Amino acid sequence: MLEYARWKYILVAAVLLLALLFALPNFFGEDRALQVARKDHGAVTADAEHALESFLQQHNIRVGKSYIDNGRLMVRFASVGDQLAARDAVEEQYKGTYITALTSAPRTPALLRTLGLRPMPLGLDLRGGLYLLYQVDVNSAVGTALDGYVQDVRRALAAASIPVKDVTTVALGSDKPNAVRIVLPPEADVSAARSALTTPLQGLSLNVDNLASGSAITATMTTAQIRERQDYAIQQNITTLRNRVNELGVSEPIVQRQGIDRINVQLPGVQNSAEVKDILGRVATLEFRLEDMQNNAIEAQQTGHVPLGSKLYTHTRFGRPVLLKREVIATGDQLTNATSGQSQEGPAVNIKLDARAGENMLKTTRANLNKRMAVVLIEKRRETTEVNGQKVSREVTDEEVVNDATIRGIFSNSFQITGLQAGEARELALLLRSGSLATVIYEIEERAVGPTLGAKNIQEGVTALVVGMAGVFLFMAIYYKVFGLVADLVLLANVVLLTALLSMMRASLSLPGIAGIILTVGMAVDANVLIYERIREELRRGVSPQAAIRAGFEKAFSAIFDSNITTLIAGVVLWVFGTGPIRGFAIVLTLGIATSMFTSLMGSRALLTLMYGGRRKIARLAI
Amino acid sequence: MEFFSHATNYPFMATRKVWYTLSAVLMVVALVSFFTRGLNLAIDFTGGVNAEVNFPRTVNVDEVRTHLAGAGFHDPQVAIFGSARDISIRLPPDSKQTSTAEIRARLDGALKAIDPGAQVAQLDVVGPQVGNELRISALEALGFTLFMIFIYIAFRFHTWRLSSGAIFAVLHDPILVIGFFSLTQMSFDLAVVAAILAVIGYSLNDTVVVFDRIRERFETNRRSPPAVVLDQSINQTLSRTIMTKVVTSIVVVALLFLGGSVLKGFSAALLIGIIAGTYSSIYISSAIALDFGLTAEHVFPSVKKAALDHLP
Repeated sequence: MLEYARWKYILVAAVLLLALLFALPNFFGEDRALQVARKDHGAVTADAEHALESFLQQHNIRVGKSYIDNGRLMVRFASVGDQLAARDAVEEQYKGTYITALTSAPRTPALLRTLGLRPMPLGLDLRGGLYLLYQVDVNSAVGTALDGYVQDVRRALAAASIPVKDVTTVALGSDKPNAVRIVLPPEADVSAARSALTTPLQGLSLNVDNLASGSAITATMTTAQIRERQDYAIQQNITTLRNRVNELGVSEPIVQRQGIDRINVQLPGVQNSAEVKDILGRVATLEFRLEDMQNNAIEAQQTGHVPLGSKLYTHTRFGRPVLLKREVIATGDQLTNATSGQSQEGPAVNIKLDARAGENMLKTTRANLNKRMAVVLIEKRRETTEVNGQKVSREVTDEEVVNDATIRGIFSNSFQITGLQAGEARELALLLRSGSLATVIYEIEERAVGPTLGAKNIQEGVTALVVGMAGVFLFMAIYYKVFGLVADLVLLANVVLLTALLSMMRASLSLPGIAGIILTVGMAVDANVLIYERIREELRRGVSPQAAIRAGFEKAFSAIFDSNITTLIAGVVLWVFGTGPIRGFAIVLTLGIATSMFTSLMGSRALLTLMYGGRRKIARLAI
Repeated sequence: MEFFSHATNYPFMATRKVWYTLSAVLMVVALVSFFTRGLNLAIDFTGGVNAEVNFPRTVNVDEVRTHLAGAGFHDPQVAIFGSARDISIRLPPDSKQTSTAEIRARLDGALKAIDPGAQVAQLDVVGPQVGNELRISALEALGFTLFMIFIYIAFRFHTWRLSSGAIFAVLHDPILVIGFFSLTQMSFDLAVVAAILAVIGYSLNDTVVVFDRIRERFETNRRSPPAVVLDQSINQTLSRTIMTKVVTSIVVVALLFLGGSVLKGFSAALLIGIIAGTYSSIYISSAIALDFGLTAEHVFPSVKKAALDHLP
């Protein structure tokens, strides 16, 4: 007699039905599409949609159903050729108005979409796009923090009237600066200095050395503080990169941290890497400074004699010289938000600073009402020059005043810059936000796949999948007859289950991922073969058909389990160590082992018991 | 339908010297080639530039090379693939710390100078530092996988005689794959490493199945000489071993011929690995256990222990 517990039937049926539902969106496929967004971030209207559609039709481009999503127009196309032609046409005609991005629009029915069921996202190697890996100079973030402490220390000691010889950043037990060293003259009161420093140096470990020439206080950042600072720098860079990516109008971009000090940016559908990198690669910071009102900037520019304690800048918009005091009131990394908006006096930029900068701003504005304050944007880029026939890459710093305005009130961490033109306000807000990128980032890896190649990759991958599966199905059906067909069904269920899991995880499918699915099909056969060979063996020994099926499953179990574990080990290691498409392969391989164990052990047993189970008499098995 | 008669009885143990020699020769060739010729490491590991460019007209390889050299790229490798409009370019890593952005800009400049309609279909620019790291992390992944599998083997088989056979199989298969890549100088990239790891895991599964059968046979057949038991075990699992590998090979061959250029190396590595793995699990791993003196007593030292073995 051959039986299988009812709850196991129910489990198998429930899992497979659920899997079918989750896998369903993948079978509708995708249309090539063009996303059209307004450059000024406004919404695309229905009129504009019709205008664009007829414009494309005039260019003999076949346009599918278009729709507006979140103020952005999505136009579908039947082929990559139409999509690319449409992109070129729109770019040429509407360069100033629209930003376009190549993308794809799933054909999933609205009902499934509202249920939150979506197809697996395709990796860049399948849909085309640009991958960039940035290295963040996290040590410079720590350096910036230390410089801030140096300033705070100077200010705190001056406020408490304690004389100071020198305040510098030093490296203690590390090759990078991690501490501030405060050297006091012999007459200074060390304990008074210590208590004056408790607030500005909160959390740092203080250490006092008594030297012959006076005392020295060393304030060291803890490892946790350094890590926190580095994490903050990465996080801020990610936010800024995200904002800049959004400016590009790319659909479904990914900006994420990778490892300790890396950020990877994935931009599906993007082709023009030069333009992208112009926008993403800028490294900028800001400084709020007071203007030097005692001296004449034009005179300083003409004579080349800049007064002590001041520095000469040029105004970005007006090109006029501006003299600024050296002391920095607030820096870009202290800027928490900058948005353009409206005030009673017209367009304005609303600025928010963090608490420390706010305190500083309060003191400064209180003492300098009706004087002028300026914002300096400092951009760093790398430039390669030839020196003695050798190419030398060096960092170049451009500093410009992006705005100067009169201080009209006393404020701390929240204020407005007014008196701007509409476009100017938006641009300034953007510049300010991008200036909050406090640390230098370098691009260290770039991978780009063209849209036609992406389409070719999908096609080749799918062809290999279909042909490989058909080969396996045919082979199994011939070799194991009815049992072979059962195995084929089980293999199909396995692919559905795997697809469902990948769709649920939103793991993006890469070409190696497709290879992983194909390989899973090939390897999942193993479990069925083990079981069937056992059943044949049992039959040869003269065991009754039903007993042979039961014995086959039971005796093959340990071999199936054990033989999968080693592949599982390799898959998990690859998952941990791999990045990008390789990780995609590892995910598929690992999940595939799990799903194939489930389908071949439980699924095929349920099916075979349905077919041969119960009390009926079976003379022979078609195996 | 069946390919194998019910009771094959190939004398694997008696002929093991032949198979040892064959394996030894193959491994020596693989290792000698690896240490003398090395691998054709892809830019994943060396850093540098790999590009596929489509031109609107047919272009001359020398023309492309001259323009690239003019743009300051040393030793550019230029090849035609597909039609004469499709050019693949490989640039070695830049010893100086040039940013990938700048490399890209120079490359774009050189290509536009050849023909303004040049389209970059695929481009990989890997900084030397990333290349180094990927090389290290690939080695780490390889080392870690082997380590985990050795731990598994140590727990799985209760005697070091069987473990040695399994460890040999685990080392044998990737060495042959690496040897193949060294001999053919096919591009060795990250995907190939992934395939090798999969091979290490996958090829061991035959050995596990054969060894399981050996334990089972020893249980019912304590008096037979070990060589006979091993031969029986391999013969009884032979049809399963070959069947499974044939089916997996079907999909891998589909991948190799239809999966496109990106997956060529990956599927070649899998195919070689599967063939090597099948060979080693049939001909080598059990034979090694025999030569280390495996007997029923090693698998079942006492009856009590035998009962414990069946617990998971």
